[in-house]
Amino acid sequence: MRWIREHLVLLLGLLVLLYTFVPIFVVVLMSFNDPDSRNVYRFDGFTLDNWTNFCGAEGMCSSLVRSIEIGLLSTLVATILGTLMAFALVRHDFAGRSATNLLIFLPMAAPEIVLGSSLLALFVASGFAGQLGFWTILIAHIMFCLSFVVVTVRARLAGMNDTLEQAAMDLYATPAQTFWRVTFPLVFPGILGAALLSFSLSFDDFIVTNLNAGTTTTFPMYVWGANQRGVPMQVNAVGTLMFIVSVAIVVVGELNNRRRRAALT
Amino acid sequence: MAEMTRRRGRVGYLLIIPAIAWLVVFFVVPFYSLLATSLYDPAGSDFRGYEMTYHLSNYWDAISEFKGPLGRSLLYGAIATLLCLVLGYVLAYAIAFKAGRWKNLMLVLVIAPFFTSFLLRTLSWKLILADDGPVVSVLQFVHLLGDDGRLLATPVAVVAGLTYNFLPFMVLPLFASLDKIDHRLVEASSDLYGNPVVSFFKVTWPLSLPGVVSGTLLTFIPAVGDYINQGLLGSPNQRMIGSVIQSQFVDANNYPSAAALSMILMVLIVVMVLVYVRRAGTEELL
Amino acid sequence: MSQVAEAATAAGEEASYDGLRLRGVTKTYPNGFTAVRDLDLDVPRGSFIALLGPSGCGKTTTLRMVAGLETPSSGAITLAGNDITYAKPYKRPVNTVFQNYALFPHLDIFENVAFGLKRRKVKDVDAQVRQMLDLVELDSQARKRPTQLSGGQQQRVALARALINRPEVLLLDEPLGALDLKLRRAMQIEIKRIQVEVGLTFVHVTHDQEEAMTMADTVAVMNAGVIEQLGAPAELYENPRSTFVANFLGQSNLIEGTVVSRGSDTTSVDMHGIGVSVPAARTHTDGDKGWIGIRPEKVLIGEEGEALDAPGNTIPGGVVTDVSFNGVSTQYLVRMPWGQELQVFAQNTGRTRMFRTGDRVELSWRPEYAFLLDFSQDASAGSQRDDD
Repeated sequence: MRWIREHLVLLLGLLVLLYTFVPIFVVVLMSFNDPDSRNVYRFDGFTLDNWTNFCGAEGMCSSLVRSIEIGLLSTLVATILGTLMAFALVRHDFAGRSATNLLIFLPMAAPEIVLGSSLLALFVASGFAGQLGFWTILIAHIMFCLSFVVVTVRARLAGMNDTLEQAAMDLYATPAQTFWRVTFPLVFPGILGAALLSFSLSFDDFIVTNLNAGTTTTFPMYVWGANQRGVPMQVNAVGTLMFIVSVAIVVVGELNNRRRRAALT
Repeated sequence: MAEMTRRRGRVGYLLIIPAIAWLVVFFVVPFYSLLATSLYDPAGSDFRGYEMTYHLSNYWDAISEFKGPLGRSLLYGAIATLLCLVLGYVLAYAIAFKAGRWKNLMLVLVIAPFFTSFLLRTLSWKLILADDGPVVSVLQFVHLLGDDGRLLATPVAVVAGLTYNFLPFMVLPLFASLDKIDHRLVEASSDLYGNPVVSFFKVTWPLSLPGVVSGTLLTFIPAVGDYINQGLLGSPNQRMIGSVIQSQFVDANNYPSAAALSMILMVLIVVMVLVYVRRAGTEELL
Repeated sequence: MSQVAEAATAAGEEASYDGLRLRGVTKTYPNGFTAVRDLDLDVPRGSFIALLGPSGCGKTTTLRMVAGLETPSSGAITLAGNDITYAKPYKRPVNTVFQNYALFPHLDIFENVAFGLKRRKVKDVDAQVRQMLDLVELDSQARKRPTQLSGGQQQRVALARALINRPEVLLLDEPLGALDLKLRRAMQIEIKRIQVEVGLTFVHVTHDQEEAMTMADTVAVMNAGVIEQLGAPAELYENPRSTFVANFLGQSNLIEGTVVSRGSDTTSVDMHGIGVSVPAARTHTDGDKGWIGIRPEKVLIGEEGEALDAPGNTIPGGVVTDVSFNGVSTQYLVRMPWGQELQVFAQNTGRTRMFRTGDRVELSWRPEYAFLLDFSQDASAGSQRDDD
């Protein structure tokens, strides 16, 4: 009894943690579901069909492909631009620093519906109302991913003492050599983390995308639409896969991190 | 301590210009477009084009027609934020103070579920909160719910969904704040005759306030604009402002009205945030 | 002109000086703070010089300017006749051992040591690295990462990494600060030995006066951006020219005195009614008044009226106010008739008795140990008694 009292807070915390995992169990469970009816969301029977016939649901795989394409492209651009900016913020002095910080912070804090609305207003006002689709979604995603990349890389960079770069120059490395042989290897984990974060933000985005998508469909949009028509269970297979992949990445990253973190202290 | 020597000169500007340009063009400028669009004559359409007539009544019309969804979104957002605060504080506190060497693992576990699709997780709640599901059955058993009571298609489900989905936004800032607290301060309180409850309210809670402020803002703001939870778990009559804006744009093609609603929402949030932050006394959130 | 420049001109040396030469080097930061003021310094090739001073005196800034990591606001730095004042650090034949070693954490020891050689595209890197690791006794650790080594080992890697490039000048920026006492002492001897063996010019920055005096051939005591005194350790210690140096190196008693007469050999000074004499070569002031300086270990303490071993300056009327037994010596504080408390370090040879608080004593010292300093200088300068 006393053990419970002493560990009460920890137990409660674990309960909350468990609560966050309950829907994941459901997603995994439902990926094996054989539904009786399309419209009732309930576990009726076990089947592997959702996995073997992965693209059986019409439109799902194409929406998945679209989401991955947009995700990869937006990650690429956002990571590059954001990393450049993080370097500027940490290593360089320029006027308007606080304005820049505000500009980075605002997209992260603004409600998505407002972000999406204003972008749509821009596109329409510029005459692109008829061309909403892949490119407008991409533009939107790059926009909101930028801030997250900047913040992530900046945190990593700020923790790096520039004495190492001074030492490199003292040892005959030119600025370019110093960057590629010392700075970049040490910042890279931060950049990688930012890229992964960026990809998941892009892949999972719904509200902003929905407003600016035109006729294009991304995976979240597909699920939303399917909700009215009846959700095919393959979406849960996708969800399960996403979970497994991200857990794997986190585990690999953490193992790698342990090795690197020891090296930096 | 990292000693940083910041270089002056052109390179700094070159590095930030691409990103700044992107943000200015696709974040700042759109707000002007939004403002302009909200003042268009509603008689136009995205096909025929709009005429700028500084139609301020768009705002009044929007508020009077949609004050229901607006109020509902603010209310649900507030309740969900409060619930998140309670649940999130417990979890953050447990990780910061009681987790020991499992700290990092638990942090990862907090974030892990949220790598699966937002929609799929919310969809799962449809199953969990179903009429013949486990939760409803238990609640009926303890008579918290009537015999033909339900959770789905009620505000309860929507708020529950919101709370669930925005929990990490609350936990992480709270954890960051709590983690910074020197444990020896709590020990000092104990040494000076404070029992655990007193130590919490007099030492821990005040020191965690910056995290509380960040967390509540990062939860409330997106929660107000969310309509996914309502769409999947709520009833069609109880619309949120987010879905109203969406449908005004896409279905009703009433761009001025939609833009006006968006502006109203944004202004409301900004005002509430400023008031809240000033009262809470922490100006620097970054 | 500084004493260094005077000496150099007097010796008739020309511009093609074979060592490291700083002339008029000044560093002022944008916020107005001047770290180094019009500094002149000559470091002969192959010598070991220490820049000694408290934090903020400009010694590290001076070092960094020689390394090229800071640019002087004015002045010139030449090395073997070549002007390197504005040369980039990677273009100078100068290497630095950094305070926290700055070992590259993502490279192993071998790669760390080989770094400079590889950037210079030197051939036969392997053999040289092996040899250098041998010299610092770390050849078995070649493939480990820096964090897997102890502080002392990391220090040796940092040294090896710099030495392997055979620089014209090796700069050491308080490299022993992070080590514990015993290890520090061992490394001091080690570094000195290596310097003698390889014959390179070493410039060592430190705030530890014992370290400077142990390792260096020449010590430059720096204060507030200038060199207060430059010379061999013994010279600096026994014959300080300013109150700062007198207090910073070891400890000194500084007593107010009025100059009575100046002869060619000695200066007579009236010290609170007692006549003392200071050799002319150790008189460093032209004024009417001065600080009479005498090191505590040079002061002899004896009973009142006792015939002391030092015919010379005898000062009666002291009262012991504090006694500290330190094993090797006993430290006394003696209050003199004019109110000042003097420090006396008496070695515990067993020949004299230990005094107790309240005992009336007589102090004396041999005049050749006393020095006379400028009265306008602060008597507590360099004493490091305040919390910085």
